[in-house]
Amino acid sequence: MDRNAMKKLFLSNKMTVVCTVLLLAVLLASLLAPLSPYDPDAVNVAEKLHNASASHILGTDELGRDTFTRALYGGRVSLLVGFAAMCVAVVIGTLIGTISGYKGGKVDMVCMRIVDVFLSVPSLLFIIVVYSFMPRNMVTLVLMLASFSWTRVARVVRAQTLTLKERDFVLAANALGVRQNVIIRRHIIPNLMPQIIVAASLSIANAILDESALSFLGYGVQLPMASWGSMLQSAQQYILHNPILAIVPGSMILITVLCFNVLGDMLQQILDPKLVK
Amino acid sequence: MANKDTKLLEVYGLKKYFEIGKQKTLKAVDDVSFYIRKGETLGVVGESGCGKTTCGRTCIALYEKTGGQVMYRGEDVHLMKGEKRRKFTKQVQIIFQDPYASLDPKMKVQEIIAEGIRSHEMAETEDEIRKRVEDLLVTVGLDASYGNRFVHEFSGGQRQRIGIARALAVEPEFIVCDEPISALDVSIQAQIVNLLERLQKKRGLTYMFIAHDLSMVKHISDRVMVMYLGKIMEITTSENLYLKPEHPYTQALLSAIPIPDPHVEEKKVRIRMEGEVPSPVNPPAGCRFQNRCPYAIEKCQIEEPVLKKVEDEHFVACHRCKDLKK
Amino acid sequence: MDTILKVENLSVLFRTYAGEVQAVRDISFEIEEGNVTAIVGESGCGKSVTSRSIMGLIKKPGIVSEGSKIFFRDENILAYTEKQWEKYRGQKCSMVFQDALTALNPTMNIGKQITEKILVHRKVSKKEAWQEGIRMLELVGIPNAAMRMKQYPHEFSGGMRQRVMIAIALTLNPELLIADEPTTALDVTIQADILEMMKGIQKEQGMTIILITHDLGIVANFAQDIIVMYAGKVVEKGSSEDIFYHPAHPYTEALLRAVPRLDVMEETLETIEGAPPNMANPPTGCPFAARCRKKMPVCEQRFPDKITLVEGHEVCCWLQREDK
Repeated sequence: MDRNAMKKLFLSNKMTVVCTVLLLAVLLASLLAPLSPYDPDAVNVAEKLHNASASHILGTDELGRDTFTRALYGGRVSLLVGFAAMCVAVVIGTLIGTISGYKGGKVDMVCMRIVDVFLSVPSLLFIIVVYSFMPRNMVTLVLMLASFSWTRVARVVRAQTLTLKERDFVLAANALGVRQNVIIRRHIIPNLMPQIIVAASLSIANAILDESALSFLGYGVQLPMASWGSMLQSAQQYILHNPILAIVPGSMILITVLCFNVLGDMLQQILDPKLVK
Repeated sequence: MANKDTKLLEVYGLKKYFEIGKQKTLKAVDDVSFYIRKGETLGVVGESGCGKTTCGRTCIALYEKTGGQVMYRGEDVHLMKGEKRRKFTKQVQIIFQDPYASLDPKMKVQEIIAEGIRSHEMAETEDEIRKRVEDLLVTVGLDASYGNRFVHEFSGGQRQRIGIARALAVEPEFIVCDEPISALDVSIQAQIVNLLERLQKKRGLTYMFIAHDLSMVKHISDRVMVMYLGKIMEITTSENLYLKPEHPYTQALLSAIPIPDPHVEEKKVRIRMEGEVPSPVNPPAGCRFQNRCPYAIEKCQIEEPVLKKVEDEHFVACHRCKDLKK
Repeated sequence: MDTILKVENLSVLFRTYAGEVQAVRDISFEIEEGNVTAIVGESGCGKSVTSRSIMGLIKKPGIVSEGSKIFFRDENILAYTEKQWEKYRGQKCSMVFQDALTALNPTMNIGKQITEKILVHRKVSKKEAWQEGIRMLELVGIPNAAMRMKQYPHEFSGGMRQRVMIAIALTLNPELLIADEPTTALDVTIQADILEMMKGIQKEQGMTIILITHDLGIVANFAQDIIVMYAGKVVEKGSSEDIFYHPAHPYTEALLRAVPRLDVMEETLETIEGAPPNMANPPTGCPFAARCRKKMPVCEQRFPDKITLVEGHEVCCWLQREDK
């Protein structure tokens, strides 16, 4: 399908436009967080657990930190972790998926069994165990999250590669004596883009969820750095009296993840020519 | 035509089976032998599932073979490795049926046609590649400026021309035309066939022209090979095939083709076949055509007929064709 | 003979991203009762859209223009309500599609798919409907009909599936059958069988058939009348005799000569250079002018009016006007 038609299809769908706008808003707000007059980590016990007011539009938490500012900074961490984990997952997943699908035979068998193993390990538990003897920092977190989400990308990519490699244009390249790695680079991967984009948007959503869960359990980003997950964790004590402390990060997670998921579904419909017809 | 007896491609007992699940084997091509002379066009016809496409693709080693041998200029194409195989891909090319599926939708026309030139390092600079692609576009009857466009901007006929340009780019001597016109409109079909014929004359190309449309095959081919369920039923010159078809299947096939002339069509006598084409997974014993043949006898169910010469350039695999002539 | 169907000034357009595509442009023709009429043309000429209009199957983004009229026995069917359409589609007019595999429901056995239609339109018992189904399958030449009623579409070969489609279309004895490329996806031998079967039924029951096809060959011994379409216009129509032996439009002539004939040894094929025009922006004059060998200046300026050469043989071409 040509690009203009795709653009029009994208814009003609209200859901995709709403999700894109919401996501851009969240992203922009997080990026502009330093404009806030408050330091997200500065403790001010005198002003703890304030309700929403003119100076603190969403109130303050148990240590007197501005909730709105913390939510924005938390968004930076959550989005960064999600995005980085997605990138790593997509690169690994695409590489293994294409090789597995294109080479077939034993290579395929081995790759797919590795994927199966990864899919059968309870990921959160495993990450918690690994954390006990790895340095607790963002890089580790991203790698751990990615190591469990690449499998989904790999499966999608492999399935698509299997059909692509039977297509006539790949056969034609074979008949022209084009080398295998060139065929994968020039013919297979560009034609996988729709599937990769969809898998990527779904995998960001998952990474953000997993990160929140880990932080909630105390294994994610380390204090005083905030992420939406860790904010939820510290809010649980005050949930009855100050529910807003939980509602703010909770709804941020909800909106972001929902938007990525919806966008993923919509993109799948737009990019998959079989569904468009 | 070059020396009349130079055989470019020789095929001996070629078999290509596909495993399709639980101990089922689809015998797409089952023990076929033929040859193609340099500069000629061998037409391959048959109904869907007869193995003609698989046969073409296996002959140029796009598919691995299951058995037999394919010799190109005296060398076994399935044993070629590395540089030899790459050199082979420069001599032998293929044009596909579906002009939509056979061109990469993500690439510009320029890149599609240049692929073979790059792969075989046939040009030194980018300018030279561009020049070559432009020449090729003109050769196949397209505008030299089309290189910068994407494939989806073109019609079926134009795409097929791009496919031909891609094959010509490596300057091959043998091209497998795998139903190159069956996806096209009638008025466009003639354009493509004429283009292929013109190119053949100019460049001394050899074609293996696969199609299900017997009238077009008869028009373009020097000799025609009729396939049925993975076997060759008859090979002869295209003139013979129409004037004196020997095999009952060939006769049935010919009589089924509609002729755009009401008066001729009215007088035409059809030779009917019984039943339907059996599955190539489980072909009938003896002659493959036996259960549908109006002339089948007991011998046909037991013994498989081999291709026998009935006259110069005319081979038939049938137990009955001698009796039927009388 | 009576006129069963009359199409008057039919125009259909499709709103797409590429703009408005004028698939059918102001065409008129009549179908005689009991005749086989073929509508011949290449892909994109509007022949399928025409047949779908007759069946009331034009859906968004397709629009049948105002002023278009289709009369079925003097009733303008384009003014029908959805209810009337349903009745019309079941009992008066039915259609056979090219692709039988997608037109049949894979999860239902053939018997159910035939009886369903009978039960909707007629007050009969299930058993009677089933018997009627078997009779229909026998009519289209399916052996072991009673047994095959219980089978699913995937258990039928391509040719047999198309026969089933025809059987379904023929239940309820429609007065008009539209066959849209009924044999295009089939092998030649199967095609010949199916055409023969259709011919037989047509002769026996005197049914009216509209045959949509791109293949002049299959028309030769089947249709009495032929309508040639090009770029959304009817360019020529006449009896089979007129079209095959006295083609008046250069397009018809070229189409006849572009197909190699089995019974003639020709050196080179005559081609029609170029390609059909883009229907989002069709030329004002004769749409074939750009590819025509006998083109005159006037051809590109105005679309020629219809001229009757002999009774029933009409053509839209400036060449013929000059002759007069």
